Amino acid sequence: MTNDLIHATAAELAAKIHSGEVSSVEVTQAHLDRIAETDGKVHAFLHLDTEGALAQARKVDDAVKAGEQVGPLAGVPLALKDVMTTEGVPTTVGSKILEGWLPPYDATVTRKLKEAGVVILGKTNMDEFAMGSSTENSAYGPTHNPWDLERIPGGSGGGSSAALAAHQAPLAIGTDTGGSIRQPGAVTGTVGVKPTYGGVSRYGLVAFSSSLDQAGPCARTVLDAALLHEVIAGYDHMDSTSINTPVPPVVAAAREGLKGDLSGLRIGVVTQFSGEGYQQGVLRSFEAAVSQLKELGAEIADVSCPSFDYALPAYYLIAPSECSSNLARFDAMRYGLRVGDDGTRSTEEVMSLTREAGFGPEVKRRIMIGTYALSSGYYDAYYGSAQKVRTLITQDFAKAFENFDVLISPTTPTTAFKIGERANDPMAMYKADLCTIPANLAGTPAMSVPSGLSDEDGLPVGLQIMAPALQDHRMYRVGAAYEAARGAFGGPSL
Amino acid sequence: MTSLVELMDYDEVIEKYDPVLGLEVHVELHTNTKMFCGCANVFGGEPNTNTCPTCLGLPGSLPVVNGKAVESAIRIGLALNCEIAEWCRFARKNYFYPDMPKNFQTSQYDEPIAFNGWLDVTLDDGEVIRVEIERAHMEEDTGKSLHVGGATGRIHGAEHSLLDYNRAGVPLIEIVTKMIPGTKERAPEVARAYVTALRDLLKALDVSDVRMDQGSLRCDANVSLSPKTTGALGTRTETKNVNSLRSVERAVRFEMTRQAAVLESGGEVTQETRHFDESSGSTSPGRKKETAEDYRYFPEPDLVPIAPSREWVEELRGTLPELPWERRARIQKDWNLTDEVLRDLVNAGALDLIIATVEAGAKPDEARSWWVSYLSQQANSKGIELTELAITPAQVARVIELVNSGALTNKLAREAVNGVLEGEGSPDEVVEKRGLKVVSDDSALEKAVDEALAAQPDVAQKIRDGKIQAAGAIVGAVMKATKGQADAARVREIVLARCS
Repeated sequence: MTNDLIHATAAELAAKIHSGEVSSVEVTQAHLDRIAETDGKVHAFLHLDTEGALAQARKVDDAVKAGEQVGPLAGVPLALKDVMTTEGVPTTVGSKILEGWLPPYDATVTRKLKEAGVVILGKTNMDEFAMGSSTENSAYGPTHNPWDLERIPGGSGGGSSAALAAHQAPLAIGTDTGGSIRQPGAVTGTVGVKPTYGGVSRYGLVAFSSSLDQAGPCARTVLDAALLHEVIAGYDHMDSTSINTPVPPVVAAAREGLKGDLSGLRIGVVTQFSGEGYQQGVLRSFEAAVSQLKELGAEIADVSCPSFDYALPAYYLIAPSECSSNLARFDAMRYGLRVGDDGTRSTEEVMSLTREAGFGPEVKRRIMIGTYALSSGYYDAYYGSAQKVRTLITQDFAKAFENFDVLISPTTPTTAFKIGERANDPMAMYKADLCTIPANLAGTPAMSVPSGLSDEDGLPVGLQIMAPALQDHRMYRVGAAYEAARGAFGGPSL
Repeated sequence: MTSLVELMDYDEVIEKYDPVLGLEVHVELHTNTKMFCGCANVFGGEPNTNTCPTCLGLPGSLPVVNGKAVESAIRIGLALNCEIAEWCRFARKNYFYPDMPKNFQTSQYDEPIAFNGWLDVTLDDGEVIRVEIERAHMEEDTGKSLHVGGATGRIHGAEHSLLDYNRAGVPLIEIVTKMIPGTKERAPEVARAYVTALRDLLKALDVSDVRMDQGSLRCDANVSLSPKTTGALGTRTETKNVNSLRSVERAVRFEMTRQAAVLESGGEVTQETRHFDESSGSTSPGRKKETAEDYRYFPEPDLVPIAPSREWVEELRGTLPELPWERRARIQKDWNLTDEVLRDLVNAGALDLIIATVEAGAKPDEARSWWVSYLSQQANSKGIELTELAITPAQVARVIELVNSGALTNKLAREAVNGVLEGEGSPDEVVEKRGLKVVSDDSALEKAVDEALAAQPDVAQKIRDGKIQAAGAIVGAVMKATKGQADAARVREIVLARCS
């Protein structure tokens, strides 16, 4: 029974809970038990909210018993990335500087999940302030990839994706600034979606890079991701960059896709994302996916987006610049860590000591890069140029979408690497996000859906599907169709 | 604390140098809510009560622009004859300070909402100087630091500091002038007149409380000296903490004499922020910075650009009230005032008060008489501005009404005004509490008259002999006996009747 519950999809669990076949409390407890059993090895969670989860599950069960109408995902458990504020529940963003902070408010995403009856199991591990591609930058120790515990689960949202792969939760929330949903999804064999920028409210998302950060759904199936997408998306007056348009019909699109017909759909293969640095098994998996999409009726051709070559350097100017400003507020004055306040030191000294002790090396590196890039005399050359590249990338997307409905590429150049392997080589680490960054810079939606396992190392590979802004439903249709054609590819044994 | 500073004689300064002014005024808007969140925008209050995740800069919080503040900014820009941007953005000004919750201020940098305007400023003698406005931009206020212990009340030397974030996020408009050259010996006066004119304008627009004492209007004065021999621009200082109109004038004057002395002794003026000290009337250097200030401005990514439509701008232009100078021209004509009288009223800061008193029902002459004589004396004796007196034009109008209806004598009216100034309540409340009323009961007056006549039989006899002017002494005695509450004319009638 427990085994069934933790292997079911969110859609299946919801149907069972809403029909009264199984209670949300049972489902929640099964996942809590699974976490207790496996998280010593995986370390997906930073904080479990057992009481809160069970209370929410009981509430949903009561509503179901009373015959009340409940939301499509009511009663289904979820793992929430520790970057979203949760009222009264610790929110550390993977950093020592926020250790012990209890937010006085819920993020809009958190609120929407609660209102939809979703059961939040706890907060998942992440690279500190979402800066990283391996979860090794978490101040609370790395998360391990359930497929191979010696390997990274991707990052920054490695905790959320590992929780899905380890069947600790059927749903998770991630945030994606340069690939932090999609790259972990790819290396853990799970689905991860970065919606159109502005599609999901950022209110309560602890900012890394405001113009790039976007929260999105993570799941083991495309349909589950779509169901979660519709729960968390929508205009929010608390976020000025939130888009005031109807949520794209992603659930309907996923169901349409499951019919397995992509006749006439035009798919462009981005030529920039192959060649040197790409693992052969990843490329072979991608070629197989292309063949399957053809079999589904799609028309596939190559498309060149030359400015994508400059996406990585542009990203590593814009994101650090914004982070250097966003992270300035962590100064020991109002909340979080305070170091050296012994009555002998000045405010400035306490601020410095706190930031020195509270931030990890990658965060400091990016604050320094960003501070430099924004400083007077360098702004135009760095931040200014990066913004121009951003415009060029947006134009490349627009041009490509004149001829194609969606674009595809591998999600990440390699499968999961070993923990520690790239820890001292930032450039190698940064390259994990090579294929995912352009969509962040352009604000367009993108999804990673598993394309099976690499034939050389038996590790999961991700297929990235990119769509034009506000056309999120297109990639759900393609993703669901492909997923059905691909079939099962096994799972990690823990 | 501060060592004695060398100053040059003012006349000598003017002989050798041309002062160049630049004024930056920060105005707190009195919108209902703060600039980027829904917290109440009120002065004071229990510390840290008008706060929320956004104005405390809590992790994850986001700003949302207050539309009313944008509207006020545009109206200010229009009243200052500025161009209104078709498209502008907010920017982050990055620097660390404990009372700034995010350690960046959301402000505007190279894309202000209003720019290229001017304000005509009338000096005491009637000369009009056009001050050019560089820009008016929107930003948020910081919280307040209270530095406890230490001699100066500044962060340096304090034992500890208390932080109140109630003010954090209050909407501010910063209005920056272009360089104001050519003011010569009148530079301090021009500075004061500009801030006065701006204050009156903002008041007329009803966008701010414009209370310098409460910090809702704050002025930073930039001063530099240009040697007459070379005409080269000098290094400027920026004096902050200038909290009254009088201080604006004093601060500019002090800086001119200080900078001149520095230059005269072969030194160089340091480009720095200085603080004005009200009690000594001097300025002193702010905290020395080890490195040059680099605010690392960049466009605020949490906010979308503001693009006020031309229709909206024109609609707002239509809401501009009669502006102070337009009003003055109208009043001068309506009340038939000479240039001199008008200027005196303006200089005394009385004109708007008189107008408001008239609007509250008084006649212009009566209103003028109260404000320029008795109330001016009261303000002078207290050493404050007329506008700072604790009485409103409506209250003055009410006092005048009470006099006209015969309920108060002029003497009683002044006592009623005193009561209001001392915080005893409205004129009617003071009249009630102090028992101020004209004694109109004839029998009581007759009794007082008889007593006075009996006390001064020789005077009584003179009156009976037809020396009517002698009645004044008896009237005076009765008024004294009734503590001024009698109607003197009636007393006189009774005295004459008794002696006929």
